[in-house]
Amino acid sequence: MKGKVFKFGDDISTDHITPGRYFHLRGDMAKLAEHTLEDADPSFAKKVQPGDFVVGGRNFGLGSSREHAPRVIKECKVSAVLARSFARIFYRNSINVGLPVLECDTDGIDAGDELEGNLAQGVIRNLTKGEEINFTPIPEFMRGLLADGGLAAHIKKHGGFKL
Amino acid sequence: MGQTLSEKIISEHCGRQVKPGDLVIADVDAAMVQDGTGPLSVKELEKAGLVQAVHPERTVLFLDHASPSPRSELSNAHNILRSFAARTGVIVSEIGEGVCHQRMVEEFARPGDLLVGADSHTVTSGALGAFATGMGSSDVGFAIALGKVWLRVPETFKIELTGFFKPGVFAKDLMLSVIGHIGADGATYKAMEFLGPVAHTLPMHERFVLSNMAVEAGAKAGLFAADNVTKAYLEDAGRGEDFTALAPDDDAVYEKTFSFDLGEIEPTVSFPHTVDNTRKVGEARGIKIDQAFIGTCSNGRLEDLRIAAEIVKGKKVASGVRFLIVPASRKVYLEAMREGLMETFIEAGGVIQPPGCGPCVGIHQGVLGDGEVCISAQNRNFKGRMGNPEGSIYLASPATVAASALTGKITDPREFL
Repeated sequence: MKGKVFKFGDDISTDHITPGRYFHLRGDMAKLAEHTLEDADPSFAKKVQPGDFVVGGRNFGLGSSREHAPRVIKECKVSAVLARSFARIFYRNSINVGLPVLECDTDGIDAGDELEGNLAQGVIRNLTKGEEINFTPIPEFMRGLLADGGLAAHIKKHGGFKL
Repeated sequence: MGQTLSEKIISEHCGRQVKPGDLVIADVDAAMVQDGTGPLSVKELEKAGLVQAVHPERTVLFLDHASPSPRSELSNAHNILRSFAARTGVIVSEIGEGVCHQRMVEEFARPGDLLVGADSHTVTSGALGAFATGMGSSDVGFAIALGKVWLRVPETFKIELTGFFKPGVFAKDLMLSVIGHIGADGATYKAMEFLGPVAHTLPMHERFVLSNMAVEAGAKAGLFAADNVTKAYLEDAGRGEDFTALAPDDDAVYEKTFSFDLGEIEPTVSFPHTVDNTRKVGEARGIKIDQAFIGTCSNGRLEDLRIAAEIVKGKKVASGVRFLIVPASRKVYLEAMREGLMETFIEAGGVIQPPGCGPCVGIHQGVLGDGEVCISAQNRNFKGRMGNPEGSIYLASPATVAASALTGKITDPREFL
């Protein structure tokens, strides 16, 4: 995966990612995704390109349990979300819908930087800065869920949960 | 090694003694979704060919976020849930019956339960001694269909409570102070357990506020021991048989302990746009408001309405201020009517809305205009939360909200006691 960085600050809530005023669009993920991250950057959904990265600060995804939050980011074909830390439910939802979420030091990553990553090899490179970014490994069971293609695919494949 | 409340409940539901960090597959006693998250759960189950419920009598689909529905798309979303219920035998909580978390504690949650819900404030049921946690649509959908969920056993933070509230100070002030102290991510992933001799004296409605807002510090669950207060609450609700006493072991191991002296807490306000941006009410005094709102799963209970009614009785809401009251459930609404509280609010110039989430989710019934300010007894003040990123939300206790409605500015409720 390879793409440009959209940089956000700390405490990006699920209300920033998929605002409550678009509640009525939750049945149509493509339409809902037109408003992705609108209350943090109104132009995000128009500018983001397939492969791009969302990079946040601390506590990314705090707030609601709405799984729509990682789903719309995935719908925008974002490669991965990088943040210093993630809220618990958002992190779990992201894995369940097959969106890679990587915990790492994001201070040195700037808007517009180009990143390249290979999750299987556990590495992300900042091509603009010529740096390698180390991230906290995704727990093993969750890595399995991601590899299976998310929770629904995991359940289908194994006929239930397989630790 | 002794166990915390969370460790005990999870052990009970996976058939072995667990410790923090263990990954388990646990049995689920009760599950819930709401109209914002439930349709996606149904869609995932349909895709997987699993339209079924293992415990239909303890699976509840709540129509509370867009209630009554303001748009055709949301009416259709409601029908997806009604149709799922017709096919599986699960329970629908209809328009006007109330907010999911309030109804869960009134009728469904029990001490010792493992309960999951597709709503972050599912943690509210922890006040009854349940391990209750919020998850997404897929997780809860499969929990409904399979009766199981996977969990990592959390470490536990002990929140030790000492002292007693001074007049005009409530659990909301305490919890805003706790979150201000430890931060909106200070308890990320941890179970918060509210313990110590003073926790045992707190009435249930105050416990609900603390458990409800545990998630605002990032916690996975917020629990109280199930004690005599819990027993009395369930007996009053005609559910005495649902009671089981539950306490942590004396030698339980906590990752951290935080102590709070209730006597030192003052009326507290969270400033926009994060819950942990808290200050004492004096620092907010004089901020002009356009809307004042009492309701939600955090503070829409009978006791909240009583204190607010006491403050506004015989007085008038400030000119230009909308004062919105949303009882958390039909039961709360009926009891408030019988006590004459609704008359008091209406005479003061308040607006009563049907039980449900009301303006808290930004869909209808109280959306803010550009530059407008709301003081609210809800649990969240994120940018855009009340339907407009150009609006600002301050969080406070129902008493502070009621006092502010009267003056049109954020006001210390102790001026009206």
